[in-house]
Amino acid sequence: MYPAYLEENIHLVEDKRVRRLIEVIPRLGEDEKEALLRGYHPDYIKSSMRKLKVGINKGDATPVELADLLEGNSRIDPDKIDPSSPDYNVDVLVIGCGGAGASAALLAQENGARVLIATKLRLGDANTVGAQAGTQAADRPNDSPAQHYLDTMGGGHFENIPELVEVLVKDAPSAVKWLEKLGVNWDKAPDGSMHELSGGGTSIRRLHSARDYTGLEEMRVLRDELKNRKIDYIEFAPAIERILDDKGQIAGAILLNLETEELIVVRARAIIMTTGGIGRLHIQDFPTTNHYGATADGLVLAYRAGAKLIFIDTMQYHPTGAVFPLQILGQLVTEKVRTLGAQLVNANGEQFIMPLEPRDIVTSAIIRECRERHLGLKTPHGESGVWLDAPMIDVIRGAGTIARELPAMVRQYRRFDIDITREPILVYPTLHYQNGGIKIDTEGATNVPGLFAAGECTGGVHGRNRLIGNSTLELFVFGRRAGRAAARYAKDVKRGNPTLEHVRHWQKELKHAGLAGERPLSPKILPNYARTTRGHTKLEI
Amino acid sequence: MAEQARLIDIYIMGRRCQVPEGLTILTALEYSGYRMVRGCGCRAGFCGACATIFNFLHDPQLRYDLACQKTVEPDMCLVQIPYFPARKATYDLEKTKADAEKIKTLYPDIVKCFGCNTCTKTCPQELEVMWFMTDALRGDIKAVAEKSFDCVMCGLCAARCPQGLVPYNVALLCRRLYGRYLSPNSAHLDQRIAEIESGKFDAEIEELKKADKKTLRQKYTGRDIEPAHDQAWE
Repeated sequence: MYPAYLEENIHLVEDKRVRRLIEVIPRLGEDEKEALLRGYHPDYIKSSMRKLKVGINKGDATPVELADLLEGNSRIDPDKIDPSSPDYNVDVLVIGCGGAGASAALLAQENGARVLIATKLRLGDANTVGAQAGTQAADRPNDSPAQHYLDTMGGGHFENIPELVEVLVKDAPSAVKWLEKLGVNWDKAPDGSMHELSGGGTSIRRLHSARDYTGLEEMRVLRDELKNRKIDYIEFAPAIERILDDKGQIAGAILLNLETEELIVVRARAIIMTTGGIGRLHIQDFPTTNHYGATADGLVLAYRAGAKLIFIDTMQYHPTGAVFPLQILGQLVTEKVRTLGAQLVNANGEQFIMPLEPRDIVTSAIIRECRERHLGLKTPHGESGVWLDAPMIDVIRGAGTIARELPAMVRQYRRFDIDITREPILVYPTLHYQNGGIKIDTEGATNVPGLFAAGECTGGVHGRNRLIGNSTLELFVFGRRAGRAAARYAKDVKRGNPTLEHVRHWQKELKHAGLAGERPLSPKILPNYARTTRGHTKLEI
Repeated sequence: MAEQARLIDIYIMGRRCQVPEGLTILTALEYSGYRMVRGCGCRAGFCGACATIFNFLHDPQLRYDLACQKTVEPDMCLVQIPYFPARKATYDLEKTKADAEKIKTLYPDIVKCFGCNTCTKTCPQELEVMWFMTDALRGDIKAVAEKSFDCVMCGLCAARCPQGLVPYNVALLCRRLYGRYLSPNSAHLDQRIAEIESGKFDAEIEELKKADKKTLRQKYTGRDIEPAHDQAWE
C-alpha cells in the first residue's frame, strides 16, 4: 500500500494515461545517447574507478570495490597445502553452477569427461533463476541472426568482440531448441509458434519467455538433468585458489567447505569458470538484483592465475529496480513490464524517455529525471524513483494480460498490498550485471591453458552494455561451447607437476607494489550483512 | 530507517531478538547478527533457498514462507529449513514416455495421497499443490505443468507431506515431459536452425563483422523497428 501522498500522485499518473496512450516518444539519436550517458551514467563517475596496480590488467580502470579484490591477498598459505595429494581427481572441474555451469557440465560429460561441479551455494543458486524476461533468438521468419547481431552491437556501443557476437546469434536458435528438448516449457501459441516479445534495444520481437519465470524454468530443468546424469557436485564449496602446474597450465583448484571450514584439493585437467556476477559488491553503494553469492570470485581467481580481463570498467544498472516498499529495495522489476507496454513516468505524470531504449540509456534518463530535473518521487525512506506505469499494459493489451504474463511480479507486490494491475510501480536503477569479465574466445578458452569460462564472468560479448535476453542466451551458447572444448582439451593435455608457486609470486608482487598490507583477503566469498554494531566481540570457538 | 522504526520482539530458534518493524525474516536474521550460509539465495523470491517455518508465541498454528519475501511480525517464532532430504527419481528423458503409468513408475508413492491438502496450505507461492498431484495421478500432464508452473522448488510441500510425497519433483517431471513431448512443435524454429546450418546468413554477418564502426552505426540507426504492441498472438 502506498502512503497517501504517493496515492495522490498516482491520480495524476492515471489522468495522463489517455494522452500517453497515443503519444510516441522518439528514439534518441546516437549523439543524444552519448551525451546522456556521459552526463548521468554511473560508469562515468571518475572517482568511482581506480587503475589496477598489479597483474595482467595493470593500468586498467575498474570500480574501486572490484579493484580492492583483484589486488587482494590470497586466502591460502601455499606452504601448508600439498597440491599433489588431491581429494578429487577429475578431467573437468566446473566452478559455479548457474545456467552456464550447468550447460558446461552437461556438455563436458557428453564429450567423455569426468566432471565435478563445485558451487558456493546450492546447485542452481545463481542469477539465472532471477532472470525473468526471456532469452533472445532470431527464429521468426521476419527476423535474422544478422539483425540480432546488429542490435547486439548497437546495444554494446559497437565495442563488442565481433566473433563472439557472431557465435551468440548463430547458436541462439539451436540453444532454444536444446533447452526445449530437455523439457523447458516456452510460451507458445497453440500452433507451436513461439510467443515472442520485444525488449529494450531489440528491433524485432525475439524474446522467448516462460511467463516471467524464464530463468527459473531454464535452471530447474538443467539442474534436474545434472542429477539425472549423475554428475558429481559439491555444494557450499566455493573455490578460493587455482592450482597451476610447472608448465603454467591449469592443474586444479582449492575449495573451501563453508560449513566445516576444511580445504578441499581438486586435481583437474581443465577448469570452467562459470561464477557469475558482481552485484553483491554494491558498486557505488547501489542496491542490487543479484543473488547472495555474486561477489566476483571468478574474476579474482582467474586474474590471479594470469587470465586477462576486459571491459571491467562497465557495469549494467538495470533501469527498473524496486524502491518501494523498502523490503524489496533494489530487487528486479523485469524489463518485460516495459516490453508489454508500461511507460516510465515522472511526478508530473509525463513520459521522459522511450521505454524500450537500451538499458544504460534508460538508466541515465531516470537518474537525470530524479537528480537534475527533480521530477522524481521520494519514498518515505528517502529513496528517489519514478513511476513505471504497469496498468497501462492491461489498457493496451486487454484486461488479464498482466496476470497472465507477469505472475511473479503480481505475486511479489501483492504481498505488500500493491496491485500492479491497478497501480504503478516506483522504480530506480539498481546494480544488475557486469558487462565485462574474463576474456574468452569462441570456445570459451582464456589465455591460461586449461582455463575456460562462460556466462556473466566473461566479457566481450556485450561490449559496454548488454541487451535484454542476451544474458540467458549467452549462458547456454558459451556454456555448451566451453563444456565441449574443455572436455576435448582435457583428453589431449600433457600434465605437469601441480604447484602453488603462482600464489607465492602473486604475494611477492603485492608486497612489491606496497599493497599486501592494505588490501583485503580475496575472493570475498559472501557479503557480510550481519549487524555487529552492539560492540560485542566475536570469539573463535 | 533501522534506528527510527518501532522495535518488535521475534524469536529466532527460541531466542528473543528485538528488530525494527518492516524487515523481512531474512534481513531480521541478519540484523540479529546471523551471517547466512545456508538458507539464503537469490534474495528475491525465485530460488527457494530460504524456506522458513514460523508460528506465534500465542498461536501454535504453523505457517510457511520464504524468508526473503515475508515481513516479520511481532511475537513471530521462526526457524529456517536449511535442507530437506526429498526423493528425486532419476530418469532418461529421451527414453521416458509422457503418460500416467510412467509418472506412477517413477513416483509410485503418489497413489498414497489421502487428500489432506497440507501441501497446498504450505506452498509460499500459493499454488494448488494437491490439485496438481491429483492431475498427476490421472496422468493429465498438461494440467500439472500449467498449475505448477510458478513453483520455486523450495521443498516445503515435501517437508510437510505426511505421506512422504515430493510434489515439487513430481511437478518438475511433468513439466519436462510436457515441454519435451506434448507442447506443439515450433516449425519456424526448426526452419531457422536448418537455415543457419546451411550457411544462409554467413555472408551477411561476415559483412557486418568487417564493417567499420561508422557504417555499423548507420545501419543500426537506420534499421526498421517492429512495433512492440502489434502482437495478435493471443
